[in-house]
Amino acid sequence: MSTFLGLPTAPPGVGHLRQEAPFPVAARQALGNAQLRSNLRKATTTIRAKRAAVVGELPDWEQLREAGQAIKARTMADLGRYLEQLESEVSARGGIVHWARDAAEANQIVTRLVREADATEVVKVKSLATDEIGLNDALAAAGITAHETDLAELIVQLGRDRPSHILVPAIHRNRAEIRDIFAREMAGADPGLTDEPSALAEAARRYLRRKFLTATVAVSGANFAVAETGTLCVVESEGNGRMCLTLPRTLITVMGIEKVIPAWTDLGVFLQLLPRSSTGERMNPYTSMWTGVTPGDGPQALHLVLLDNGRTAALADPAGRDALHCIRCSACLNVCPVYERTGGHAYGSVYPGPIGAVLSPQLTGVADNASLPFASTLCGACYDVCPVKINIPEILVHLRARHVEEDIRERGKPSAEAITMAAASWVMVSPARYATAQAASRAARLLRRRGRISGLPPPLAAWTRARDAPVPPRQTFRQWWRSQGRP
Amino acid sequence: MTAREEVLARIEAALRTGGTGPDGPVPVLYRTHGDLSLPELLALAASRLADYRAIVRRATAATLAAEVSAALAKRGARRLVVPPGLDIELPAFAEVTVDDGLTPAELDTYDGVVSRAAVAIAETGTIVLDGSPGQGRRAITLVPDYHLCVVEASQVVHLVPEAVARLASAAARPLTWISGPSATSDIELERVEGVHGPRTLEVVLVAA
Repeated sequence: MSTFLGLPTAPPGVGHLRQEAPFPVAARQALGNAQLRSNLRKATTTIRAKRAAVVGELPDWEQLREAGQAIKARTMADLGRYLEQLESEVSARGGIVHWARDAAEANQIVTRLVREADATEVVKVKSLATDEIGLNDALAAAGITAHETDLAELIVQLGRDRPSHILVPAIHRNRAEIRDIFAREMAGADPGLTDEPSALAEAARRYLRRKFLTATVAVSGANFAVAETGTLCVVESEGNGRMCLTLPRTLITVMGIEKVIPAWTDLGVFLQLLPRSSTGERMNPYTSMWTGVTPGDGPQALHLVLLDNGRTAALADPAGRDALHCIRCSACLNVCPVYERTGGHAYGSVYPGPIGAVLSPQLTGVADNASLPFASTLCGACYDVCPVKINIPEILVHLRARHVEEDIRERGKPSAEAITMAAASWVMVSPARYATAQAASRAARLLRRRGRISGLPPPLAAWTRARDAPVPPRQTFRQWWRSQGRP
Repeated sequence: MTAREEVLARIEAALRTGGTGPDGPVPVLYRTHGDLSLPELLALAASRLADYRAIVRRATAATLAAEVSAALAKRGARRLVVPPGLDIELPAFAEVTVDDGLTPAELDTYDGVVSRAAVAIAETGTIVLDGSPGQGRRAITLVPDYHLCVVEASQVVHLVPEAVARLASAAARPLTWISGPSATSDIELERVEGVHGPRTLEVVLVAA
């Protein structure tokens, strides 16, 4: 297991935080998929307009963002105390709190709890934390079937696919593809099923109804956990969350330790920031809050699993830790020009897009997701929409630097970037060398195809692996200047 | 070392390395109190509820029973489940069961549920149930496909922070915040009403 400043990062071999292929390779493949790009463009354009409209309605949106940022920063500054307070409030009201150092330990805890409840099936509320730790795989290995109940998660599960968006894991699928998945994989699906979204939602309702009414164990995540009161909160739309949080006898909630918020009144800030940023609604259809066990109402056995899995390693980096403030709204994905074109799978982690590019490498250690901090144009749109004002571009630049430094330390010699930059500096301080280099660069015109250069010879090949280089002009500016007869 | 001790020790080490950052109270510069008159407040609540496809009826104390009866008749809801302690007059055609711990499968056989609420938020078109008498267990307002909810004018606030403040004393109870019928945006991010929760939400706003 790698560490950052002595703090262990998320272990490899379990869960879904790591790239299988570097971003440029995965992105090139995604970019070749015209259907994917069309689906993403349509969906992100829709949601951007909705978000802008409901954010524009609030005269105090900036003040809410400031408050959200301030609450999260203060939470991180005293994280241990708030977690202990949360634990003691939850325990006092009949909940059982478990701590998990990493994904493997969290999976073991949940598997044991499901077995103790004598269940071989669980219903699940959409939860990034459980996607992160690969809980469904771990349960399956123990002979336990996990049924995803969020519509998009169900589409992903039935399609044996991977989530590609924080809020809408099946954003890469259009209605026709979803219809085909349902017709093929959903037991008892109507053969005449159309691709109308309302018909698809109805099919999901019928398919899951029986499972909801008979399930004995549910697994959820949590959007917020209030230290002051021990209240857990899940924000959702479809009612699948309410079903899972209300009807089973046992409820197991897996939550990253950064999800705690100090005070009850903090909910008044986040319940405005999250829905408007996320689905572009003034309020999401359903929000459930529960505080320990309520006799006669809802699950009578409640468990809360507090998960580290690399979060403390992120906390140790003062220039990167703000990534832990994320409330998983996905606004940054929807505005990102890179995400809109590549989709989420290219990022390789359950946390894609701009926030994923700063969060995943910190959870795993930068070396294991080394290309992600570079998967951005640094345009800053993500920072502008972030409801808790995470300065994502600044953290990206910081992580790029961290990658270069760690690489030098690891390999004992400077990286290709460092050598290239040193060479560029040597050339550019001398006018004569600069002129010679410019003349030489014109030779690259021979490599052009359709007005671009997509493959330079080594060592410059490193540059064109991820991007096309412009064709150098026939004439440099200095040559043109002289041709005008000027000094 | 237990996992608990180890995670807490890691947090302490991380904060020692990275510094703790800001402290002191969070400045509250956002709106915490609304500024609408009661008629404006109710009009806003009605329009925002309707925006998210709740059916809205307006009533006074004198017309409440008639409005409830008209709503149920129009819906064709006869077999009703209600929470204990519901103080609303229901029409003679309704066959009413007071919930005493019905199973989910039993709840699934009812036409609808009638309840009160704890708080309503005008700006977002939200009603909040806190499980006290007249509102009942969470399951009864979840499983039936039709939910008729009666909200008194005195329960309506303008802003989300006002609702959170009012609910502080109910924080230990299970809370359900409802904004329109169940919905999804999971297919091409287009909103579709009606998934697992009640597919029809009807709210009767009772003026003071």
